[in-house]
Amino acid sequence: MSDTPADVIGFYSTQLGVDEAAAESVLASALGRGGSFAELYFEHKRSGSLSFEDQQVKSTQASLSQGVGIRVVEGDAIGYAYTEDLSLDAMRRAAATAAQIAHGTTETNPVDVTAESYPADRYAIASPSTSTPLADKVELLRRADDAARAYHSSIARVDASMVDEEKRVLIVRSDGRMVADYQPLLRFNVSCLSELEGERRNARWGGGGRMGMAYFENHSPESLAEEAARQAVLQQEAREAPAGTFPVVLAAGDSGILLHEAVGHGLEADFNRKETSNYSNRIGQSVASELVTVIDDATLNLSRGSVNIDDEGEVTGHNLLIENGQLAAYMQDRISSDHFGVAPSGNGRRQSFRHSPMPRMTNTYMTAGDDEPEDLIRRVDYGIYCKAFSGGQVNITNGDFVFSVTEGYLIENGQISAPIRDVNLIGNGPDVLSKVTGVGHDLEMSDGRWTCGKSGQSVPVGVGIPTVLVSGITVGGTQMRPGAGMSA
Amino acid sequence: MATTTLSTEPLELAARLLELAEAAGADQADALAVSSTNASTTVRKQQVEKVSESTARSVGLRVIINGRQATVSTSDVSDAALAETVETALELARVSEPDPYAGLADPGEQARNTPQLALFDEGIPEVDGEHRLGQALACEEAALGADTRIVNSGGATFSTNFSSFALVDTNGFSGAYADTSASMWVEVMAQEEDGQLRNAGWSTSERSLHRLDQPEDVGREAAARALRQLGASKASTCEVPVVWEPRMAAGLAGIVAGAASGEALYRRATFLADRQQTELAAPLLTIVDDATLGNRLGSRPFDGEGVVTRRNPLVERGVFQGFLFDSYNARRLDAASTGSAWRSVGGLPQIGSGNLSIEAGETSPEEIIAEVDDGLYLTTLMGFGINYTTGDFSRGAAGIWIRNGELAEPVQEINVSGNLLEMFQRIDAVGNDAQWFGATSAPTLRMSRMTVSGV
Repeated sequence: MSDTPADVIGFYSTQLGVDEAAAESVLASALGRGGSFAELYFEHKRSGSLSFEDQQVKSTQASLSQGVGIRVVEGDAIGYAYTEDLSLDAMRRAAATAAQIAHGTTETNPVDVTAESYPADRYAIASPSTSTPLADKVELLRRADDAARAYHSSIARVDASMVDEEKRVLIVRSDGRMVADYQPLLRFNVSCLSELEGERRNARWGGGGRMGMAYFENHSPESLAEEAARQAVLQQEAREAPAGTFPVVLAAGDSGILLHEAVGHGLEADFNRKETSNYSNRIGQSVASELVTVIDDATLNLSRGSVNIDDEGEVTGHNLLIENGQLAAYMQDRISSDHFGVAPSGNGRRQSFRHSPMPRMTNTYMTAGDDEPEDLIRRVDYGIYCKAFSGGQVNITNGDFVFSVTEGYLIENGQISAPIRDVNLIGNGPDVLSKVTGVGHDLEMSDGRWTCGKSGQSVPVGVGIPTVLVSGITVGGTQMRPGAGMSA
Repeated sequence: MATTTLSTEPLELAARLLELAEAAGADQADALAVSSTNASTTVRKQQVEKVSESTARSVGLRVIINGRQATVSTSDVSDAALAETVETALELARVSEPDPYAGLADPGEQARNTPQLALFDEGIPEVDGEHRLGQALACEEAALGADTRIVNSGGATFSTNFSSFALVDTNGFSGAYADTSASMWVEVMAQEEDGQLRNAGWSTSERSLHRLDQPEDVGREAAARALRQLGASKASTCEVPVVWEPRMAAGLAGIVAGAASGEALYRRATFLADRQQTELAAPLLTIVDDATLGNRLGSRPFDGEGVVTRRNPLVERGVFQGFLFDSYNARRLDAASTGSAWRSVGGLPQIGSGNLSIEAGETSPEEIIAEVDDGLYLTTLMGFGINYTTGDFSRGAAGIWIRNGELAEPVQEINVSGNLLEMFQRIDAVGNDAQWFGATSAPTLRMSRMTVSGV
């Protein structure tokens, strides 16, 4: 069984000597120069990975990372320090370093820390993969390898890996709140190379979540491997993608990466507090087609982007960002929620104790509409159908965003036709969202394979979307096709 | 081999871990220890936004027992944790499968002494918070003051780092070195008449303080770049010559180095497979990997397996010279290590480059632009649209349109695409203006044709 918050608090106290009294002492040092708020983020993370190539285990890895990150807030400014040494002396030294952001000498009242309970039930799992015998995991990798090779004779290489971690976090704040969480994370990856008459094509696939071995009950290693193999083989027939602006149909699921880039980052409150986002000062305004409703939801069961509490100790939630095209709210962390005078939305996240938190997405998705997915394709004379992606990026300030399609098809006369080679798409956030002219009833969340990077920090996230028709996005292919029409 | 007192502690820690592993029965093992002290100050709109300072320390152990390999790392360096690390490593190795190529580097290729590469600036550990704050403020102030249309800031950061790296192995290798770096970064926003913002950033990063660009110059460059994007619109879809400014060309050097990875070759996941000693580009193009340059961010005396670093030509007068190797992939492909192993405490050696440089040509950037009637001057690339297996390249872009040999209006929200094998063949001009960006140096480059997607 996974740990309850009370188990995690007990673990810190008995295994690492970090208890309420120690935390109070470190907080006193953190506030030694009069900072207005301080927070301790303790992290104990065990992770493991197994990689399989040339039909055998290539390497096994394990790591232990533990430490505390100490943040002192003074107005909008923060002092930050961390230490991997959890002795009281080392923690107090780090606290004194972080305290330098404040310039006062005022004695601060002692903090009285109290462990608080909350419903931590988004990923209570029966069997953490971190305590599964390695031989069982090797068997899963071997099954994936066999299935990919059996899928098609052109599959010349298969590389598979499994990585997992269990993270115990304890957050103690100068308002006295002490909360803890146990956060499991699992990911299974398969990469295939198809080699046919000297032409090589590759594809990757995978999934996971905040799950234990139960993940494989609904996602067999064979199905993940066959999907990677299918995409690699498909690429053997792919044509050059067209160049220009065309209607695009986004398949349900992973296409949610478009939302993550087109609006997600731009709605993180740090950029809006600083007015450097193209969504700054636009709450209540129309920023998308009326068909578009976007939610960030950290409470989805077992999802890669879910967290019971954020990394500032706030209970997370289901946050409406865009409602029928109107901008409803930003994603907040502590500093930005103070700035805007709103409640924290539970979006303060960080990569590890070595990093300070900032507003981040969790699981971001568009709600279902009324259209039949097939009808959306039928509405396009000539365009692109996008199904699998390798990543995306956004310029927060001007709103330009890109995403790279690794499985895409031409749509000709309302029908999906030939597969196309890897292609990048570029658009501008509000412009593309205003061109959403159809939303399917088939909302689907992606499997757990996405990691989001911001200011050098990576956090696991989820994305989701129903089938969506966008009347025009610029497609960065190589095939010139002047005068292509659209009917969307 | 330690060159400064800073490296002593990691070397002792690594040696202690290796001793425990040998005593527990590992036939072959290596241990590494790293320590890194980073301090940074960020200001925004001339107010302090964030001050941080910390030292990170961790150790890693790799054991190989009858060809079965495992790696374990920990940031807890207590005796109990080191003992647990050894125990876990041996346990994991037993579950692994024998790999005939697994092993340490050939002792004959490992460094016997430490070449002096001027990697450590004694001034950097002495830099205090006041200095970092002053530099960050000066940098941002210059950017904000450059023009009344610069109305907002993403902030300016000045940071300093000093690190040490120690590696020991059961073949008797024992080495350590310390290095430093300092960097400064700023981003500002210029405002259009309709209120829309255009942002741009600029940075400088070096091993020693005195080589950094002046804060005012970094700030003014960021402002100039934001201002020149004012009024940007989308270009029409077309096929035109594309001029890559030096910072963009530096990215091409990185792509060649990535595609020249011996591991990618083993996996057949590179468009350079089977192209050794063939003409990748016109004779104008020479790209070199060299980790032995003094005072450079990509330099180090030995690699992540203790192998002596060296100069590795990647492309010589247009001809692709060959791949970069660590010792594992070298053994798998019957090649020799090129001293290109990088190592983090938590994993196996990975292949990477040292300093990369695209050698300067003889043409001035002005002449390169003057020869283009209608084309794109590329200043920004976005996204991950590179397929290393096929060489397909398709990325978001922004820049300045070239009309009749001159930089004309700014463009944005466009894509540039092609296949890298064709793109390299189409390099028809190399500038005389090579400059360093961190560990990469590159001049202006021109490709005779790429597809630009827009309206």
